[in-house]
Amino acid sequence: MDAFTTHTGVGVPLRRSNVDTDQIIPAVYLKRVTRTGFEDGLFAAWRGDEHFILNQEPFKAGSVLVAGPDFGTGSSREHAVWALMDYGFRVVVSSRFADIFRGNAGKQGLVAAQCSQSDVELLWKLLEAEPGTPVTVDLTDKTVRAKDLVAPFEIDDYTRWRLLEGLDDIALTLRHEAEISGFEANRQTWLPTTDPLPAV
Amino acid sequence: MSRTLAEKVWEAHVVRHGSGAEPDLLYIDLHLLHEVTSPQAFDGLRLAGRPLRRADLTIATEDHNVPTVDIDKPIADLVSRTQVETLRRNCAEFGVRLHPMGDLEQGIVHVVGPQLGLTQPGMTVVCGDSHTSTHGAFGALAFGIGTSEVEHVMATQTLPLRPFKTMAINVDGELGPGVTAKDIILAVIAKIGTGGGQGYVLEYRGRAIENLSMEARMTVCNMSIEAGARAGMIAPDETTFDYIKGRPHAPSGADWDAAVAYWKTLRTDDDATFDAEVHIDADELTPFVTWGTNPGQGLPLSANIPDPEQIVDENERVAAEKALTYMGLEPGTPLRDIHVDTVFLGSCTNGRIEDLRAAADVIKGKHVASGVRMLVVPGSMRVRKQAEEEGLDKVFLDAGAEWRQAGCSMCLGMNPDQLAPGERSASTSNRNFEGRQGKGGRTHLVSPLVAAATAVRGTLSAPADLEN
Repeated sequence: MDAFTTHTGVGVPLRRSNVDTDQIIPAVYLKRVTRTGFEDGLFAAWRGDEHFILNQEPFKAGSVLVAGPDFGTGSSREHAVWALMDYGFRVVVSSRFADIFRGNAGKQGLVAAQCSQSDVELLWKLLEAEPGTPVTVDLTDKTVRAKDLVAPFEIDDYTRWRLLEGLDDIALTLRHEAEISGFEANRQTWLPTTDPLPAV
Repeated sequence: MSRTLAEKVWEAHVVRHGSGAEPDLLYIDLHLLHEVTSPQAFDGLRLAGRPLRRADLTIATEDHNVPTVDIDKPIADLVSRTQVETLRRNCAEFGVRLHPMGDLEQGIVHVVGPQLGLTQPGMTVVCGDSHTSTHGAFGALAFGIGTSEVEHVMATQTLPLRPFKTMAINVDGELGPGVTAKDIILAVIAKIGTGGGQGYVLEYRGRAIENLSMEARMTVCNMSIEAGARAGMIAPDETTFDYIKGRPHAPSGADWDAAVAYWKTLRTDDDATFDAEVHIDADELTPFVTWGTNPGQGLPLSANIPDPEQIVDENERVAAEKALTYMGLEPGTPLRDIHVDTVFLGSCTNGRIEDLRAAADVIKGKHVASGVRMLVVPGSMRVRKQAEEEGLDKVFLDAGAEWRQAGCSMCLGMNPDQLAPGERSASTSNRNFEGRQGKGGRTHLVSPLVAAATAVRGTLSAPADLEN
C-alpha cells in the first residue's frame, strides 16, 4: 500500500445520501478475478445519464468525492473501493460511512474522511459554484481545505497511522505469531473443524 | 463485571489487546468463502508467498454466480464460469473444502454453514459477504468482511478489530397470525434507519424473539446489516441447542455436554447495560413491505405510498423523491394496489425450508396470477431435496411457479435470474437498491407469506387478502 500524507485534486459534489455499494459498482461487474480494471463499473447505472456529475467537465477528472450521509452501505464488496480508486479517487468525504466500506477503504489506502454534514453542504456549494476548485485533503492535520474553507475530518488514529506509513496489515499481525499460536493451543477441543466427515 | 452477550464472545476471542489506538486482535473460529470475494485474496497469498493458516477452519461453496437451471451444463456466462473455476482451482491448491455445483451441500454460504452444524454459539464467524450477520442467530459473533480482510484471515486466522458498541432491540409481545420474522426486521430497519446500527452489534431480545424458530431468527439477524449494524445476535437457548444437536459437525457425547454448559453462559448479564436500546411491540406489527430503494423505506402493507413533501429532513425527502421516481410510484397510492411482474422466493434471508413451507401453505391449490412469474429458489441443494421429499416442489409447480436449483439467484442477479428494466418484483430477499435485481428493476421486499399471496393476486397482498 502506498503511503498517504496529503492529496490535492478536483472535488466532485455528489448530492446523494445512502450511496450503497450496488450503486458504486453493480454486481455484474464483480465477476472478475483480477484486482484492477474496475473503473468501468463505477456508478455504472448513473454514468449512462449524460447529466451525471462524472460526465461533466471538470468533474470527470475528479479525485475527491464529496457525498451525502451513509456512503457505502450494503454489500461488503471491496470492489467498491477498487472501482473508486481505479477511476482515480483518493478520498471520499461524507458525514457518515458504512462500517465495512470504511474498513475496506482503510485497507486499500482510500481515505474515508468523515466531516460534519454542515461542512459537506459548504463543500457542495463551493464545488457547484466554482467547478474544478482544487480540494486538499491533509491526513497529517486531518483537514479538508478548499479556498477559504477548512473542514476538520475524523478518521481513527490506527488507520491514519497505517495510511501515513503505508503499512501492510497482515505483516503487522504476523509480528504476533507467537500469541496467535498460544491462543490456538488453548481453544476448546469441541469446537468444529471443516475437515470432511467420514462417510456414514 | 457484568457484560452483554456480544462482549462475552468478543473477550473470549481476544488474542491480544491493542494498546492505545491499536485495535484488538481477534481469533476467527470459522471462515466461509464463496467465489466472488475470494479470488483476489487467494492471489494476495500467492504473491506474498504466504500459506493459508487454517484450512481446517475454512469452507467454500459456490453460490453467487451459479445458474439455477441446467446446472449439469457448463456455466454459459464465460466470466461467471471463470470465477467459479478460479474458486475450484484455489481451493484445490490451498486444501480448502469446497461444495461445488451439483453437490448436496452446495448452496448459499449462509444456509450451508448452519445446516452442516458448523455455526455454533459463541463462535466468531466471518465471510466476505455482508449477510454473514445471519449466523448471529446462534449467539455467534458473525460479520461480513472485505477481500483484504478475507486475505488477512486466510493468512493469520485473526482480524484486527476495534470493539463495537452494543444495542438492544427489544421485541416484546407476540406476533399475530400472518406476521413473521421478516416483518419484525423490516419494521426495525424502518424504525432505526439504514444507518441507525452503524458501529453497533445488535442483540435481539424479548418474548417475540424467544418464540421464533432458529430459521426465523436467522432471517432477523440476516438483515442486521441493512440497518448498518456490523452484526446481530440472539442469545442461544433450547431452540438453538435442539437445532444444532445431531447435525454433521455438532459436538457429541461428553463434548456435547461441555459445549452446552458453555453455551448456557452466553447470555447478557441481568445488570449489563447496552449503549442504546430500541423497543418494538410485536403485537402491533402487521405484514411489512418496502416502497423505496433502501430497506429502511418500508411501511405496513395497509399503508399508502408516502408523500415526500411531508418529510421534514431534507436528505430523506430528496431520497424519497428519487426513490419514487425510480420505482415509478405516486404518493398516496395504496401499497395493496401495486402490481408486480415477478415474485422471487429465496435468498439467504428467506430461502430455508420453513420459508418454503410457509409460502407453499399459502399457495397450495391456488394459481399464480396471469402475467406474473414466480421463481422459487431453495437456499441450498439440501433444502431443495427436503422440500421435494415433502412434496413442496409439486405445490409450487402445480401453482405455476418455477422450481429452481440452489443459489443466490435473483437476490442480486449475478446469474441469469434478473429483472428486466422497469420490471417490478415482490422479493423475499434483503435489498431493494436501484438495479440490485437487474438494471432498472424495481424491488419490494416482502416476507414469504406476502410473496406467495402476492403471486396469487398479482398485487402486493397478505394471505388474509386471499380469503376475501
